[in-house]
Amino acid sequence: MKLIIQNGRVLDPGAGIDRIADLLVVDGRVAELAAAGSLAPQDAEVLEARGRWVLPGLCDLHVHLREPGEEYKEDLASGARAAAAGGFCTVVAMANTKPPIDNGELVARALERSASLGLCRVLPVGTVTAGREGKALAPFGELRRAGAVALSDDGAPVADAQLLRRAFEYARDFDLPILSHAEDPRLSLAGQMHEGAVSTRLGLTGIPSVSEEVAVARDIALAEYTGGRLHVQHLSTARAVELIRAAKARGVRVTAEVTPHHFTLTAEAVAEYDTAAKVMPPLRDESDRRALIAALADGTADAIATDHAPHSSIEKDVPFAEAAPGLIGLQTALPLALDLWRQGHLPLETVITRLTSGPAAVLGRQASLAVGSVADLVLVDPEAGWSLNDETNQSKSRNTPFWGRGLTGRVEATILAGRLVYARSRSPIWLGAG
Amino acid sequence: MIAGRHILSMADLDAAAIEQILASAQGFLQISRRTIKKVPSLRGRTVITAFFEASTRTRLSFELAAKRLSADTTNISASGSSVSKGESLHDTVQTLDAMRPDAVVIRHPHSGAAGFVAARVSARVLNAGDGQHEHPSQALLDLLTMRQRFGRLEGLKVAIIGDILHSRVARSNLIGLSTMGAEVRVAGPRTLLPPALGASYRCQVADSVAAAIDGAQVVMVLRLQRERMATGFLPSLREYAIEYGVNARLLGRAHPEAILMHPGPVNRGVELSPDVVDGGRSVILDQVENGVAVRMALLYLTLGGEPA
Repeated sequence: MKLIIQNGRVLDPGAGIDRIADLLVVDGRVAELAAAGSLAPQDAEVLEARGRWVLPGLCDLHVHLREPGEEYKEDLASGARAAAAGGFCTVVAMANTKPPIDNGELVARALERSASLGLCRVLPVGTVTAGREGKALAPFGELRRAGAVALSDDGAPVADAQLLRRAFEYARDFDLPILSHAEDPRLSLAGQMHEGAVSTRLGLTGIPSVSEEVAVARDIALAEYTGGRLHVQHLSTARAVELIRAAKARGVRVTAEVTPHHFTLTAEAVAEYDTAAKVMPPLRDESDRRALIAALADGTADAIATDHAPHSSIEKDVPFAEAAPGLIGLQTALPLALDLWRQGHLPLETVITRLTSGPAAVLGRQASLAVGSVADLVLVDPEAGWSLNDETNQSKSRNTPFWGRGLTGRVEATILAGRLVYARSRSPIWLGAG
Repeated sequence: MIAGRHILSMADLDAAAIEQILASAQGFLQISRRTIKKVPSLRGRTVITAFFEASTRTRLSFELAAKRLSADTTNISASGSSVSKGESLHDTVQTLDAMRPDAVVIRHPHSGAAGFVAARVSARVLNAGDGQHEHPSQALLDLLTMRQRFGRLEGLKVAIIGDILHSRVARSNLIGLSTMGAEVRVAGPRTLLPPALGASYRCQVADSVAAAIDGAQVVMVLRLQRERMATGFLPSLREYAIEYGVNARLLGRAHPEAILMHPGPVNRGVELSPDVVDGGRSVILDQVENGVAVRMALLYLTLGGEPA
């Protein structure tokens, strides 16, 4: 099976590629990169990409797909559709499903289901603790053998430092990173949003920045002491960025991610009690937002990750204090990330790296267009304007402050291991596993 | 000026609107002092008081206000309604609205709940206290009480003492006093002062209760909720009374004509010593009387009446 992507600007900073070229895919792998218009189309499917960028398929270290247990919010099929439409070929699925992914059987089931859908590579995370209850270790060996790529109690950080210490030590035997939702639950108790001028005005209980910083400092100390691998999820404060930067400089095995909502918005987004902007960790101050962008610029943050967290109106059409935290992000991540380049905050190469090879490297994987690589690709029209609405949205949920907002940069097609899984202008769009 | 509007936050009211409400309330005060305490202004109109949180005085005050204007009133509360059967606020208020009330007076434990309701009903919504957010009718009755004593609000020196962090009364007063040009100083335990207070409101954070009261014309003391001890904000009621309670000695530092205010109910011997509660500076019962008049004015004006 051959596929030629013609006349696109092939952009892969990781492999040092940036040129207008024809890209040949054979049997699911990148076979050749040739001068534009030079590849003969005989017996190959051809995709015209003039004016488009051809990037490595995006990789998201942080999504919630809600299956099993909360399929009314999202399931593996709708989540994979949203991923493909957002240009993501690989997503790392958190373990806080109902029941939580704390055994090999549940990992295997998620892998089988998503493989049969064939829209997106779903990499399951296993829990750190059994039942995600923070009391005893989950079976890391069994999780790893079934295909889990990392461990996380995301949303319910392991409060017991002794147990987390053991987790870091034991995880080393299976070379699994621990993805940490770094938050001190006592400092965040009953918190609704960032503690600051807006929380004061709205009369909402604040979540102070130190709640994250205390936890990041603890996690770094434990990773450093045990030699374990720590990945800090959804960084939100300037001081947490400093802690990671200093730890990296000391050689601690730590990586980190930043979400598009944290680098785009501040606590002001909550000002009208907008539950779509309720998220943990909370949207913070402008100085934090600037520090997160600086972290992406200098590599303190390795990855842009969405923390795609679907919720229905049952969880969101309620008073702010009752609303579940989280927002969807798979389809808005790329345009919001490109805004960082458009506004002059980051070079284009850095933006692409943080969405592709950066997150892949956290898991010891690759996202590349070099000859021989698995052909995960995304075609992007960098100038096209669009918005997320009922027509474009592929998630089952619509909880995002970016709903209906003008976005620039649109995914035109997504190719997973050489197969077209999303083509915006084609009908039917979904080719699936077929 | 406020006809047809919701009353959700003091931030929605400019100085002219506040003046209009206070002038109207001053007129309505007389009605409650008559033998026949009733005028036909809102005859045929329906007012629902929906109280999802315990309240005695505010609920009674709104109910009397509506009745003295001849409106039909009915009330629901969290217990004994469909709320205790798990109905969402969204569904509850849409159900209420389908019964076509003209106004819904709401009290709710969650900040922002009044605005949430206003966005989902066609009735006028009056916020009778939403979580730690606002309590605009309380601030308006406080402003009326101050203006009665001093004839003006601009330049008035006001001290607000106590648990600012959890106080919707403080928030509404901080906004209203700022709109009217008063000078506000606040003081309380550091654990009960919200962050960025000075950046959020036009006020000064004093170093001590004494410093806040120094020369103040109005000393407004907030109620201390007893649950603040259990949640680690304070060591004990006794220590609070000694370190932050307002007594005759502290009140002596205020302006010679200073008045003492409190939104009630008072914890005698905690935030206020008994002698000052009953003392000559206390206007606490004037506040209660003004409360009915202010709520009459709010109902009358929002439901489309002309200034009385």
